[in-house]
Amino acid sequence: MKCSIASDKFRRKFAEQIEEICGERISLCYQCGKCSAGCPVAYAMDYLPSQITRFAQLGLIDKVMKSSTIWICASCQTCSVRCPRGIDLAKVMDALRILAKRKGIVPKEQIAPLFDGIFLGSIEKYGRLNELSLITKLNMASGRPFKDVSLLPIMLKKGKIKLKPQKSNPGKEVRYLMRKVEKLESK
Amino acid sequence: MMKVAYYPGCSLHSTAREYDISFQLVCRKLGIELQEIPHWVCCGSSPAHVTSHLLSIALPCKNLILAEEMGLDTVVAPCAACFNRLKIAKQEVAEDSKLKKEVQEVLGKPSAGKIEVKHPLQVIIEDVGLKKVEEMTRRKLQGLRVASYYGCLLVRPPSVINFDDPEDPQSMDNLVSALGGEALPWAFKTECCGASFSLSETDIVFELSGEILNEALEAGAECILVACPLCQSNLDLRQKGIEKRRGKKFNLPILYFTELLGLALGMSMRQLGLSRHIVNPSKLLERKLAVT
Amino acid sequence: MARIGVFVCHCGTNISATVDVKKVAEIAKGFPGVKFATDYRYMCSEPGQDLIQKMVKEHNLTRIVVAACSPSLHEKTFRTCTQNAGLNPYFFEMANIREQCSWVHDDREEATLKAIDIVKLATAKVGKNNPLQTTFIPVEKKVLIIGGGISGIQAAIDVAFNGFKAVIVEREPSIGGRMAMFDKTFPTLDCAACILTPKMVEVNQSDLIKLYTYSEVEEVSGYVGNFKVKIRRKARLVDENKCNGCGTCWQRCPVRLPSEFDMNLGKRKAIYVPFPQAVPNVPVIDQKHCLYINKKKCGICKKVCPFEAIDYEQEDEVIEEQFGAIIVATGFTMFDHSIYGEYGYGKYKNVTTGLHFERMLNSSGPTGGKIVRPSDGKEAKKVVFIQCVGSRDEARGMPYCSRLCCMYTAKQALLLKEHNPEAEAYVFYIDIRAAGKNYEEFVERVQDEYGATYLRGRVSKIFQRNGRLMVRGCDTLSGTQIEIDADLVVLATALIARPDAIKLAQMLHIPYDQNRLFTEAHPKLAPVETVTTGVFLTGACQSPKDIPDTVATASAASVKACGLLSHEKLPIDPQIARVDVEICSGCLACKEVCPFGAIEKEEIVDRVTQQKRWVAKVAPSLCNGCGACNTACRPGAIDLDGFTEEQIFGQIESLTADKGNER
Repeated sequence: MKCSIASDKFRRKFAEQIEEICGERISLCYQCGKCSAGCPVAYAMDYLPSQITRFAQLGLIDKVMKSSTIWICASCQTCSVRCPRGIDLAKVMDALRILAKRKGIVPKEQIAPLFDGIFLGSIEKYGRLNELSLITKLNMASGRPFKDVSLLPIMLKKGKIKLKPQKSNPGKEVRYLMRKVEKLESK
Repeated sequence: MMKVAYYPGCSLHSTAREYDISFQLVCRKLGIELQEIPHWVCCGSSPAHVTSHLLSIALPCKNLILAEEMGLDTVVAPCAACFNRLKIAKQEVAEDSKLKKEVQEVLGKPSAGKIEVKHPLQVIIEDVGLKKVEEMTRRKLQGLRVASYYGCLLVRPPSVINFDDPEDPQSMDNLVSALGGEALPWAFKTECCGASFSLSETDIVFELSGEILNEALEAGAECILVACPLCQSNLDLRQKGIEKRRGKKFNLPILYFTELLGLALGMSMRQLGLSRHIVNPSKLLERKLAVT
Repeated sequence: MARIGVFVCHCGTNISATVDVKKVAEIAKGFPGVKFATDYRYMCSEPGQDLIQKMVKEHNLTRIVVAACSPSLHEKTFRTCTQNAGLNPYFFEMANIREQCSWVHDDREEATLKAIDIVKLATAKVGKNNPLQTTFIPVEKKVLIIGGGISGIQAAIDVAFNGFKAVIVEREPSIGGRMAMFDKTFPTLDCAACILTPKMVEVNQSDLIKLYTYSEVEEVSGYVGNFKVKIRRKARLVDENKCNGCGTCWQRCPVRLPSEFDMNLGKRKAIYVPFPQAVPNVPVIDQKHCLYINKKKCGICKKVCPFEAIDYEQEDEVIEEQFGAIIVATGFTMFDHSIYGEYGYGKYKNVTTGLHFERMLNSSGPTGGKIVRPSDGKEAKKVVFIQCVGSRDEARGMPYCSRLCCMYTAKQALLLKEHNPEAEAYVFYIDIRAAGKNYEEFVERVQDEYGATYLRGRVSKIFQRNGRLMVRGCDTLSGTQIEIDADLVVLATALIARPDAIKLAQMLHIPYDQNRLFTEAHPKLAPVETVTTGVFLTGACQSPKDIPDTVATASAASVKACGLLSHEKLPIDPQIARVDVEICSGCLACKEVCPFGAIEKEEIVDRVTQQKRWVAKVAPSLCNGCGACNTACRPGAIDLDGFTEEQIFGQIESLTADKGNER
């Protein structure tokens, strides 16, 4: 498949967007591949992390945003610690996910972004995470209603999850905080 | 008596109750008074930093301010993910004046940025000191072969965490040695367990945590020591599933370092909440340490 | 009254694009003493220089100012031009409106104003210039070569070939350096020893070359033509004149130690020659480990030596010699990969470096030419080579490319296959840099003919599993992660400056860069010179170099050194310090601050009192004209020719006269 590379101006703008979110400069990457070599989840990605950086350098936004790579990244920062150019690639991956969410181009089959949304919804409601509601909602949303159901009895027995949410509920505070963040970010 | 603010985080109130219990008990014994931050909120964990940078900083800052208001100079966060997020938020706000202003706008008041964020390991090693711990040991972990597993967030990024080595950390190993156990050298101390994919991409957890269990077993471990509820949960709760997939028995108890420390300080398994583990550690501990 | 001519250069568009040169010339016409001013496209060109000479005649000019580039580039050109116009060459000043103005500014108006000020300063100074005469100093016809690796050896041979004397000072007990450790050399695969040892022998046999091995340069003073150098000859405890290298002593010595020359893969004795072809073939006693020195026990070597050459009482000796020129050939050291936790922090025995591998390849080396795992001595069949370890790593290593690792790794992969056709070679690389004669062809041969597997990507982690090394890398070309279980890993570690490079640089007054590599006078046009006249560079102390490049720079440096030595006398810059003995109080504060040792105490008879008294005296051959004494002199007895107080204050006044309140 032929790709026409985006214009200089377009590419620079994309790189600047990334830099603005995470402070990292993708232009520094010289494609040594050390990030890809050490990535523990690369086996589950469609493109290697270094390839994503290359696509980003070339301004191939679609290829970046539609890849599974940015959603599979576990934020373990192994790449960041070892990068000879000092790029914090984990932060770049964050920035790419944030951009994808902003642009509304999140691949439907990705479960990680669903998880993120439900997780944040949970703390928006309760101020703290409610595991049981997280599991149920995620299973429903991802079309896997019976996932991990077999674990529930033992988790309940061992006191790992509770049926009732905690007494203390600082949800109001978190909601207020989230509104403020949204307002600032939409500016 | 040392007094510190305590940020348990969501996990220690749910999946990692035994970490909470054992940490509190150990602190009492070592002369550390924990004061839980009133009305603390979730740190946002990974879902926040992959969704909104500002949110991922504002949530931990909210907790830092609450802790500052308690008039204490240190906050301790046992969950490696919370610890990591609190540390990063503190550093980023200190270094980025624009971000600092935005965070103030969101939270309505500034964070002084003076409160120190510590992981329990730091408190025990740096503030209490291994020498004192060794002196207080009532039950030596004689002959117990322990693989210490640190995971990602306790050591990375080193520029922010600035605590232990990101490739071959030693703090838990030193603790194990001080308690008389055998700290095994192995190469997977900081490999990723799959962390937050536990619920969403469980296959990844099976693969990554499976590698860690396998490597620990190959290194001769009888149990794995952890300092993070996410690591513990992935290695413990998913161990059965991993065994099934790999067709290999591991039967490796995944212990919090606070539990092992508690045992060494003379506490019982029941006190420390060890019955809450999925992979039952009591046989191993009874056999090796003659504890009940 | 001086009649000044001002010539403003366009330097193509280098200056004129940012500075309005016509305006500068126009305004210069109004400066005091200026009788003529013009602009011209290239002042350094022949027509440019002709223009100066023509205008001197036409306008009867007595002083020249050229506003152009840096004096370091063209001051000499225009001094000569001034002289050719019949004036004293020091009746010339250069106004640097390029490096210090046009190149660093972009606002044309402001830059033009600055250029005008720079020219004004030069005209104010040149009017007060005194005629200076060049003086000459005799030249000591001997070259000091610091370092006895292939670089120093070649330099010595070339100096001697030109008929001059050379002295090699080598820190180790033998000359030969790193090259002596190599097995074969790329891309021709000739044996390193076979091509090096004849040169070592030549050096040893030459009447013109003197060797000080096991010796170090301790102090350097003086100046081009007359360097005074103190050399510490460390106690060998073996008399070089008596010993004939029979080897009885080291055969009988009971102490076995790891051999540094064999990268600790083999053993040596406490009395030893580092390798069989050592020059001189005289052993040295390792004082740290010798039983006699430490416990007054043993003493076998002394008992068995048929020539009574062992002398336990021998002490270090510091000698002083004079040299006309110095060639620095101190070479490199290897980057320590133990900073990389992901490669095991140097803990894994089977993770080695290229130099270890060279010693293993060598049939006279510690393994007899067998490639083995250092952990258990078993043959290594699967070998992973990793390039750029410490090179091209701004985060934790060196930012630069070490230049020869691509080639020696290819060579090592090839030799591995030659030693054992069943062996497998995997090379992780980022880019293959094979820019040399027959280099690319060589790498292709290694891949195609010998079947070495090249994988494009940096290795992220090495760890041990069941006694084998697990290497986690990737191949970015296929987009896959690669895991290889290897017997042996060979790291191509970066070539870096020696740890004491800065100390030597300070001793020689030569600059070094952020990587502690010595800096040449000009990266293109003076690659073996330094800014200190008479000190030259060769080999890897300047930047990583392979053997051909090292030998080429060695020959180049020796030609430069011999060029100096071929003069009976050398001109010295007359712009040096001058003491007015009438004013000098003899406090000698100047002597304290002089970094060149150029000030001596002199007894004179006072003109008025007819009493004897002490004053300071400047040795012209040593003075560098730095001006340190000038500022230290409280009575104001010292002035610097070419930069007199009158000149400097004249410059300041010229600027403050009309804008006193403005700036």
